[in-house]
Amino acid sequence: MSKEIILILVFIAAMLLGYKLINAVPSLLHTPLMSGMNALSGITILGIIAVTALAGSVVGKLLGALGIVAALINVVSGFGVTDRMLRMFHSNKGTKEESE
Amino acid sequence: MSDTLYYVISAVLSLGVLLGIRLMSNVKTAPLGNRISALCMLLAIIATMVRTDFSGSLPYIIAALLVGTLLSVYMAARVKMIQMPQMVGLLNGLGGLASSLAAILTVLTGSMLGKFELSTAGLALGIGALTLSGSLVAAGKLHGIFPQKPIVFPAHSALTAFAALVLVVLMVLLPISQPVSHLTLCLLLAFVGLLFGWLFAIRVGGADMPITISLLNSSSGVAASIAGMALGDILLVSVGAIVGASGLLLTLIMCRAMNRRLTQVIFSSPAKQAPAAEAAPAPQPVEPVVPAAQDVTETEDAQAEIEEEPVTAEPAPVPAAQEADLGTWLADAQSVIVIPGYGMALSQAQELVKQFTDKLESQGKTVRFAIHPVAGRMPGHMNVLLAEVDIPYELLCEMDEINPDFPNTDLVIVIGANDVINPAANTAEGTPIYGMPILDADKARRLIICNFDTKPGYAGVDNPLYEPNPDILLLLGDAKASIETLLSHL
Repeated sequence: MSKEIILILVFIAAMLLGYKLINAVPSLLHTPLMSGMNALSGITILGIIAVTALAGSVVGKLLGALGIVAALINVVSGFGVTDRMLRMFHSNKGTKEESE
Repeated sequence: MSDTLYYVISAVLSLGVLLGIRLMSNVKTAPLGNRISALCMLLAIIATMVRTDFSGSLPYIIAALLVGTLLSVYMAARVKMIQMPQMVGLLNGLGGLASSLAAILTVLTGSMLGKFELSTAGLALGIGALTLSGSLVAAGKLHGIFPQKPIVFPAHSALTAFAALVLVVLMVLLPISQPVSHLTLCLLLAFVGLLFGWLFAIRVGGADMPITISLLNSSSGVAASIAGMALGDILLVSVGAIVGASGLLLTLIMCRAMNRRLTQVIFSSPAKQAPAAEAAPAPQPVEPVVPAAQDVTETEDAQAEIEEEPVTAEPAPVPAAQEADLGTWLADAQSVIVIPGYGMALSQAQELVKQFTDKLESQGKTVRFAIHPVAGRMPGHMNVLLAEVDIPYELLCEMDEINPDFPNTDLVIVIGANDVINPAANTAEGTPIYGMPILDADKARRLIICNFDTKPGYAGVDNPLYEPNPDILLLLGDAKASIETLLSHL
């Protein structure tokens, strides 16, 4: 099988699996889910690191560095705010125990 | 690192990410799920750093990683929960920027690029660019930098369609053309992509924002995934695709909840789609009557609301005859359902709502919250705002779960929500909200509505609940003031 076919198959399989799993997330958690997914979309940092390494010109390297900064903010802030949000969700029992 | 090893690592990390998402389906395990996803991402970055052969680029990459980390820690710690929609929008945009830069650099520096690499890089560049501009416009609108109301140019739909067409033509040209250089084509693609994203987002009103944000979330994932195809990076392809699927699913959920088709949101203005909105005096700016002491988040929302009205700090006037009712109604009610909308968020009334519900509960009443899927500015926004003030998540109920309970409920209290409880959605054929699923607040025994005014909501359809009714009490004005009035009667 050629590399192209494998990549396209992986794309389709990941789409289907992701769709199935995300369907199970209750709407209660849709905002954190979304910001978590948003952080994951920063996975593009892998690509930008790889091409920055290849870049020959200084302009290319600078553009690459800009891309890395952007993607990393996407990743770290995304996971950071998601974590902050998820920690805010308290159970009924939990809050009572804490306040007493 | 051999390719086989990298494939194995990719498979393991992709499964890790999927496990993280699986854990997100339960509120108790969700924080762990998020951390697993974050850990997988960290490992993926490390694997890439190990695998990549750096020739003189290392200082740039290290510097970029440091700057990025510092900036993001600062941003993540500072953002307020009401600002989450624009934060997500901004981060989406950065993801789009990174994907388009990765695509441009692939085309310009890659050696021995085949047709597959060039076409996927072109696609990633176009989608990345439209994600960037679309997200920035959306975030700007949410943050009040741009006006919230839809901005529609003459022949807007035609322009949007034309930009999309040019985008496709350029993508097709990239792998086959020789007369035009790759650099020129890339710049054109980036430009037209940015233009398309801008055209698309600039005419989205406040009401369609949750859909737009979800859609851009999806496109940022798709852009990353396709950039991964151009680079032959299997991990990038799989994780990007997962994000793409998630955004798409949320988009469809939002569209269903708002009774809108996806194509309507992308290619046509909400105002043009709503025949009733033009006849109704509906979403007019209220700045003239708003006292000066308003902050940015409030004025930004003067127009194009879906379910709620902007708020002011005016006290809520209650007619004397009703004043007496208020106390009796609250005292009589054993079961109470609160319906929050964006009006509550604008007035920052969550803390008072928490005090109010605590007091009701201490009197032995059952209190729950009914959350409409599109309440707020992004999916699940209300839940986050209520969780922030320590309201237990067990009390936050989804629409389908709580709708059957309304007929057995003594009292419903609406706080800054309008279209999502408008019974006209069930009856008024031909109006934009006809067929939209609503919370059946009108089925409850009694109803207290704490809205800013009785103007129709964003959809421009009059709400029959505002007509005089012995079982409905209107507390008009700022949500904070209205809740304080309620508190004083407990």
